[in-house]
Amino acid sequence: MTFTYDGTFEGLLSVIFETYRLETTATAIVPAEEWQGSLFETPLLVATKEEWAERVKVGIKKKGGKKSLRLLEHCFLSEFPEVGKLIHDFVRKLMASPINISDNFGDDTVLKLHQIKKKIGREVHRMHAFVRFQRTQDDIYYAIIEPDFNVLPLLPDHFEKRYPAQHWLIYDGRRRYGIYYDQQQTEFVSFADDHALQYRQLPANMMAEQEVEYQVLWKSYFDSVNIKERKNPKLHLQHVPRRYWKYLSEKREQF
Amino acid sequence: MNERVKEKLEILADAAKYDVSCSSSGSKRKNTKDGLGNATGMGICHSYTEDGRCVSLLKVLLTNHCIFDCAYCVSRKSNDVKRAAFTVQEVVDLTINFYRRNYIEGLFLSSGIFKNSDYTMERLVRIAKVLRTEHKFNGYIHLKAIPGASDELIHEAGLYADRLSVNLEIPSEMSLKKVAPEKNYADVYQPMNYLKGAIVGHREEKKRIRSTPSFAPAGQSTQLVIGATPENDLHILNLADSLYAEQSLRRVYYSGYIPISEDQRLPALRQPPLIRENRLYQADWLLRFYGFKVDEIVDQQYPDLDLEVDPKMAYALRHPQLFPIDVNQAPYEVILRIPGVGVKSARKIVAARRHGQLRYEHLKKMGIVLKRARYFLKCADKNFSHLGLYPEAIRKEITQPKRAKTISNQLSLFGTN
Repeated sequence: MTFTYDGTFEGLLSVIFETYRLETTATAIVPAEEWQGSLFETPLLVATKEEWAERVKVGIKKKGGKKSLRLLEHCFLSEFPEVGKLIHDFVRKLMASPINISDNFGDDTVLKLHQIKKKIGREVHRMHAFVRFQRTQDDIYYAIIEPDFNVLPLLPDHFEKRYPAQHWLIYDGRRRYGIYYDQQQTEFVSFADDHALQYRQLPANMMAEQEVEYQVLWKSYFDSVNIKERKNPKLHLQHVPRRYWKYLSEKREQF
Repeated sequence: MNERVKEKLEILADAAKYDVSCSSSGSKRKNTKDGLGNATGMGICHSYTEDGRCVSLLKVLLTNHCIFDCAYCVSRKSNDVKRAAFTVQEVVDLTINFYRRNYIEGLFLSSGIFKNSDYTMERLVRIAKVLRTEHKFNGYIHLKAIPGASDELIHEAGLYADRLSVNLEIPSEMSLKKVAPEKNYADVYQPMNYLKGAIVGHREEKKRIRSTPSFAPAGQSTQLVIGATPENDLHILNLADSLYAEQSLRRVYYSGYIPISEDQRLPALRQPPLIRENRLYQADWLLRFYGFKVDEIVDQQYPDLDLEVDPKMAYALRHPQLFPIDVNQAPYEVILRIPGVGVKSARKIVAARRHGQLRYEHLKKMGIVLKRARYFLKCADKNFSHLGLYPEAIRKEITQPKRAKTISNQLSLFGTN
């Protein structure tokens, strides 16, 4: 049977709860808005219930520990079409087993989830590395990113610890929301008109006075530390795949 | 900031780039509420140069003026290069502003020797002090400990820096004397030994009194230049091993000599020895994370690392009697010895086999490099010993591309055994 839900993690857990209640298992679980109509079946839409989701969370933690829950939360952010079903299968297997199965890498579901988590972790690490802030005139440090996965919710902790005394905004240009920190706390923000936020380089009238100078200095530093005799374009691309270049002021030709 | 700062940055970054240390990990410096930055846990490479090296720190010399004339160094006195010197304020401004924009993890500051060792060291320390105290900077700071500087200055440096390093550069004193007449090992080992004592002392004291300030929490490291002088890998790895054991270094870096000078005292290399450098790093990893001893990697009979295959593979090919290893039975340390199985894979194997016998497909999906590993392991459904542990045949399979493979298969049809 195919289930649909509102696209949130709690929604997905509600579906899993519902499958137990109906004593059935799911063949596919997809966010309602991604459901591609089919002639042969009508999916069952499950409304999100906090209480149900909470009970599934408690169950996962009891059987698999906090780590298992975190594994599922992280994997969910991948937005892969099959991830709902994978999480469902994992919970079923976890509940049916007398011992914690979360390190059974011989099992396909477990292994796939760990592989997805690794991809998410790598993307988070890349965001820690490749975010480039531009200072605005009103002293906000602003960066635009377009990560492969929806990793913005995993970023605040790192940047809060690092920059507690400056205002910063990291904006996901593809998913069109951001995280904004005001020296107190981080909030999710979205804007009706995000036109100005979509530029790689902020418009001149928004930029702080010395911003371009520092970008130029950074690029000249980057160019000077290169050792020509050791040139290795393959290795370079492996570390900095081309799709990330757009964030990086040091890879830009002109300012 | 102006054109002059840009020019200085270009000169002094260019002169610092041959120091290969880039690590920004291994420290334990937390941020304060109103501070800037932290240096906890793992390092971050914010960019990579076109030669594929990590850019993690703002790595510059304070000045490239130098009273020494070391043949391997681009800043040596007799070399005709542009000279420049930063002011304290310029280095501080660059560090803070690069850090705020998330370009870097911190500062790596080295220097040519101007006037004398203490004068130079004092200025390096001052920059770190201004960053820590006036700007509440808690990002990573790596300072050079200048050979010959006084213990007091080295001590003060340790209070502000996360890591300190003194470079041995040339792997034997005899060779060092030839290429760097003003230098000797005693001057280099002196700050290294002082730091070792101070790091241990502070750590002990911190256990008893928690408010003890941290002292170089990321330890110390050094660098060896490879290929400029005739030392073999046995000599180099023994030296590295003793530096890890006796000076408690966190890292030894190996830098393939790049022919930056036409100095008569050095060999004319056409290309830097990059493969050898890579093999040395692999061997270094085997020493630190895989429980290997130096004499298992190189010995009097094989004093140099095999350039064709990695050192673990070379070890396996020299000791075929120890294989194949059963991944379902062998202890973790033994599984680590299978070529193509890294630390992560070995841990996965040990965790997963508690749930059931591991088969070939499991290993494949876990990401084990079976191209190399398969000759040396047994799993529930496959045993490759029918391939025979003929070291020379395995070496051929691994080092030569597909086309050569068919030839070797045909040969084995008519083989002499």
